[in-house]
Amino acid sequence: MIAQISAFALPLSLSLILVAGVIRKVPLYETFVLGAKDGFQTAISLIPNLIGMMVAVSVFRSSGALNLVIHALSPVFHILRFPPELLPIALLRPISGASSLALVTDLFKHHGPDSLLGKIASTMQGSTDTTLYVLTVYFGSVGVKNPRYAVKVGLWSDLVSVIASVFAVYLIIGK
Amino acid sequence: MLNIIWFTLMLSGLVVAFATGHVAQVTNGLWDGAKSGVEVAIGLISIITFWLGIMKIAESAGLIEGLSKLLRPIAKWLFPSVPATHPAMGAIIANMSANLLGLGNAATPLGLKAMEELQKLNPTKDTATEAMCTLLALNTASLTIIPATMIGLRAEFHSKSPAEIVLPTLFATAIATTAAVILDRFYRHRHSTGTTCSGNAR
Repeated sequence: MIAQISAFALPLSLSLILVAGVIRKVPLYETFVLGAKDGFQTAISLIPNLIGMMVAVSVFRSSGALNLVIHALSPVFHILRFPPELLPIALLRPISGASSLALVTDLFKHHGPDSLLGKIASTMQGSTDTTLYVLTVYFGSVGVKNPRYAVKVGLWSDLVSVIASVFAVYLIIGK
Repeated sequence: MLNIIWFTLMLSGLVVAFATGHVAQVTNGLWDGAKSGVEVAIGLISIITFWLGIMKIAESAGLIEGLSKLLRPIAKWLFPSVPATHPAMGAIIANMSANLLGLGNAATPLGLKAMEELQKLNPTKDTATEAMCTLLALNTASLTIIPATMIGLRAEFHSKSPAEIVLPTLFATAIATTAAVILDRFYRHRHSTGTTCSGNAR
């Protein structure tokens, strides 16, 4: 049942959008191509970022440094039932989308996307935004220098989102 | 910030490699990393290109305007310091609608427009107003219905059900958004002791 809802979400939104487009007399195909062009640009501009970050993550892992960090943290995190492998992703997600995406990719390679870790990592990556980037762009655009409590609110809700992601996967998908 | 992270990951990796004699593995890891960076980015071209094409249709079909009507009362409650007829309110509602529909590309310009309008209401131009903080809270913890990039990445790694994470993501973002709204209210009250709604004091 739950798997059905997830599986239906994308095709269902797709149908609704297409029907809405037809009703509003949107030139469907031309509009699609126009938006897709932007998407292509976005995807291409991801390449240098992703290479830079994947190399750093790969060096960090293959040297054994990542395992050192995970081993050092695992006693504390096992009590919290939070997989220590996910900590680097949770820490980098609010700062840089490309670097946490690189970590998720690295985790998929070693554990697979359908492992418990893979599922939680997917949910975490999809659930949080690059908070510090958004704050910089929004406040920077109008020249506000003192963001007051906005940073606190953003980072605390990121923490909530990380915990909620772990909880949601345990609760909804399970192992 | 990114400079520090990148440098730390690289240097601590290299130092550990020298210390433990994993130098050969690191050299391999370097090329491996660069290669998978390209592979992943190329693989994601398909889903990002397709999905943003569809999102453009959603935008042109006026879904943002449609949802805006429903969101107006919520926006009034979230932004008590913004006059209902001020252009800032319109931009805020449009930004909220775009976020809710997952139209990230449309949401950012609308959000920046909202910031520009809010800045006109700001008595101290270099300090954030309460309304700005609320707008940021909503934008950093945005509710996600279709996490398209993650579905694409999972498919690339041959997941048996790439879309399995849709419901958990919706659940987690709903909780995070609720938390953001509550936290924003909490800090607003704590910071605004003795000042009015447009308060600029700390």
